[in-house]
Amino acid sequence: MLSFIVRRLLQSLPIILAVAALIFVMFSVIPGTFASSMSDDGRSVLDAEVMARMNKEFGLDDPVYVRFGKYVAQLATFDLGTSFRTRQPVAHVIADRLWPTAQLAFASMLFAILIGVPLGFIAALRPGSWIDTISMVGAVSGLSLPKFWLGLLLMYLFALMLGWLPSFGYGGGDLRYLILPSVALGVAPLALLARTTRAAVLDIMNADFVRTARSKGMSESKVVRWHLTRNALVIILTTIGLQFGTVIGQAVVIEKLFSWPGLGSLLVDSVTLRDIPVVQGSILVIVLLFLLINMLVDVLCAIIDPRIKYT
Amino acid sequence: MSGQPLLEVENLRIDLDVGGTRFAAVQDVSFTINRGETMGLVGESGCGKSITALALIGLLRHPLMIGGGKIRFDGREIQNLPASEMRGLRGSRIAMIFQEPMTALNPLSPVGRQIAEMFVLHKGASWKEAENLAVEALASVRVPAPERRVKDYPHQLSGGMRQRVMIAIALACGPDLLLADEPTTALDVTVQAEILDLIRELSAAKGTAVLMISHDLGLIANMCRRVGVMYAGKLVEERAAEDVFRSPSHPYTSGLVASLPLLGARARHGRKRLREITGVVPPVSAFPKGCRFNPRCHASTDLCRAEDPVVTALPDGGFVRCHYHE
Amino acid sequence: MKFRANLVIGGVLFAGVIIAGIFAPWLAHTDPVMDANLMYAEEAPGSEFWFGTDAQGRDIYSRVLYGARISLTVGIISQLINTVIGVCLGLSAGYWGGWWDDFVNGLTNMMLAIPSLIFALAIMVILNPGLTSLLIALGLTNWSFTCRLARASALSLKSQGYVQAAKVLGYGDIRIMLTQLLPNMLGPIIVIGTLGMGGAVLAEAALSFLGLGIRPPYPSWGSMLSDARDQITTAPWISIFPGLAIFVTVLGLNLLGDGLRDILDPQARTRRA
Repeated sequence: MLSFIVRRLLQSLPIILAVAALIFVMFSVIPGTFASSMSDDGRSVLDAEVMARMNKEFGLDDPVYVRFGKYVAQLATFDLGTSFRTRQPVAHVIADRLWPTAQLAFASMLFAILIGVPLGFIAALRPGSWIDTISMVGAVSGLSLPKFWLGLLLMYLFALMLGWLPSFGYGGGDLRYLILPSVALGVAPLALLARTTRAAVLDIMNADFVRTARSKGMSESKVVRWHLTRNALVIILTTIGLQFGTVIGQAVVIEKLFSWPGLGSLLVDSVTLRDIPVVQGSILVIVLLFLLINMLVDVLCAIIDPRIKYT
Repeated sequence: MSGQPLLEVENLRIDLDVGGTRFAAVQDVSFTINRGETMGLVGESGCGKSITALALIGLLRHPLMIGGGKIRFDGREIQNLPASEMRGLRGSRIAMIFQEPMTALNPLSPVGRQIAEMFVLHKGASWKEAENLAVEALASVRVPAPERRVKDYPHQLSGGMRQRVMIAIALACGPDLLLADEPTTALDVTVQAEILDLIRELSAAKGTAVLMISHDLGLIANMCRRVGVMYAGKLVEERAAEDVFRSPSHPYTSGLVASLPLLGARARHGRKRLREITGVVPPVSAFPKGCRFNPRCHASTDLCRAEDPVVTALPDGGFVRCHYHE
Repeated sequence: MKFRANLVIGGVLFAGVIIAGIFAPWLAHTDPVMDANLMYAEEAPGSEFWFGTDAQGRDIYSRVLYGARISLTVGIISQLINTVIGVCLGLSAGYWGGWWDDFVNGLTNMMLAIPSLIFALAIMVILNPGLTSLLIALGLTNWSFTCRLARASALSLKSQGYVQAAKVLGYGDIRIMLTQLLPNMLGPIIVIGTLGMGGAVLAEAALSFLGLGIRPPYPSWGSMLSDARDQITTAPWISIFPGLAIFVTVLGLNLLGDGLRDILDPQARTRRA
């Protein structure tokens, strides 16, 4: 097991390095620097001298390979650079925002798993029934909804009309503020999980070894308990892992909508302001999170499915 | 043992539902199996032998269903039995082994546990007792080092081993009838013989009746006392094994027997082409009119094309379905 | 016949959106950008303004119709770009193998590690906001699945008899890939393409909502929703209709894709009771 984990970690390493390189390459060719973006917005007009000073300060004058070298060296020490805007170390800026995003991501996925997986199971075990049809129609609809629209509607209904929940903000950790954003973010993964679970369960229920189980004289409920669950779990876990990535990505929009002080809204703000180091750093951290979660999922799958360790 | 047969199948009909229309995939099938007897069911792929077995153990699922006829097991009619009662028979009194041992076992469960399930289900054993019984079961199917093998997963075992596990599962509770659907087709030739020997010995020792299904005539000849030949969903001949091979009655059976490549035949008869039966098995939706075999039969006449022959009893105790049987 | 319903309903919805987009100039009541009369600002839906007006006094109904053009253009073209990239990379990787295959695999793994919206965001940082940039950004983010599919197909098909025969006949590699291998994977590719279009529409809406896609005053459904946020208490209809339009479009595409999958993708089995 340990060797499996180490192997997976080593597999992830080149990916994150490649991503870091890609991001650097992408942003080093930006025509507009932070300084020029400020004047683009018309908010402040800087003269050439100030711009030159800024460029010097952030080392933007250096040739590309020098900058890349510095970049890699910094990454090795987990230094993500300094924000153009606030002059704070990027790592600090990101660290403050990490927990709210983690909360949001986990809450949405929990919501999606707790409702989506059982729904998929039930739909598959009663194919063609009304509950199957309604769940699947609901699932397709859930996948087609723009999340921010859903968020707006939820906000309107529950916060403004009914006043049950706060409409936006973090609330200093008050969990009630977490509800609306999590639901808005979690509907799409819920729909996908329901569909995937249903497909997986149907496949398994038609598999040869389930026929063998039935030939032993097992009742359907025992078949489900003794043979179905473990086999379905692998597929479900893999889907959950992949969905985490999508959720972290889509969280960007939800965080902006609900003024949620997480990594996503940081990314959006930095993009608008062209605060490149923060953009680079945020993307790197997001990818890192995603890779870690996927590794965790792989480890869980390896625990459940004895065939995996040997590949 | 009482004189009453263990299994009596009377005019069994199995329907296939294709988009609302029902086709009879198996029709007019009747045979009996006595206690402890080994009977063979032989025929090409698609003739309906596997689904006949599934019908006997009550495992037909949509779009297949029993469309008529009677199945009497130990004197009791079981073709319409409610699911819960059928479950009582399955595994404990009627058991089945399947063709593909790799996919027939749960890949995520140790084989010992899959055997132990039988004891927990039918003998009320605790899991601890059942695991011990599983080790004994593995020993009885001649798996070496059974106490270690019990913890293995299916993918860690060879094909022959997996099939032995399947046999251990099937025979765990001493069923009266074992349905064996092409149990050796997916195995290497050398392993095939071992598995067949095992089935023969265990069923003799426990007095288990066996319905052996195969497309391999040689195998059937070796294992079975009685043989039924199926074609296009109907039983065309049913007799004692030696009679079927020495003097086949139905043209289809003669064709099957003649197409067997025999060792030493070349030395005796010189070089000859392998005989084959021309044509292909008709699909369920397009069975020919009259005798179903007539398009491929070298001796078919107008009568054959018009009328489906009825069952004719033969002097040696079997029956045949042909207008011009020998 | 549940799966046929997918095809029919999806097809109808999608066709409806296309018609709305193509015939917008005839179906709309006003010019979506220019006709802004502050006198009529934030009027509720009524007989004159079917969907109401927004804060600038523009007719939402007309803007929604014109918005279909943007969303469809982005959806179709960006997905086309994705498909072309994915097929080229995947086919060639599977067929030629070797270091090129390793490279494409590494590239695909890397792309799959970056959430697609984030990557699109990053690209929009480099390029100036606007339609072309959006097409490029979205066209570069969603090719991974198509690539995997094309590669798998190429791998399994390249050892087939007819491919070997073509090689012996002297067909060039590219010709083989295009004429022998590609036709066999068209079905799944079309399915992924259709579903991907839905994703692209959603992504465009999200980016425009964030102000990084189509900028106001152009009537992108996403940017209309971004404007709507501030008026949510006073004029909720501004939020409802653009979002509904997105929903209907993506729903149509998803249903269509599902229906096509049942027909075109041989691995999909019918699973009814």
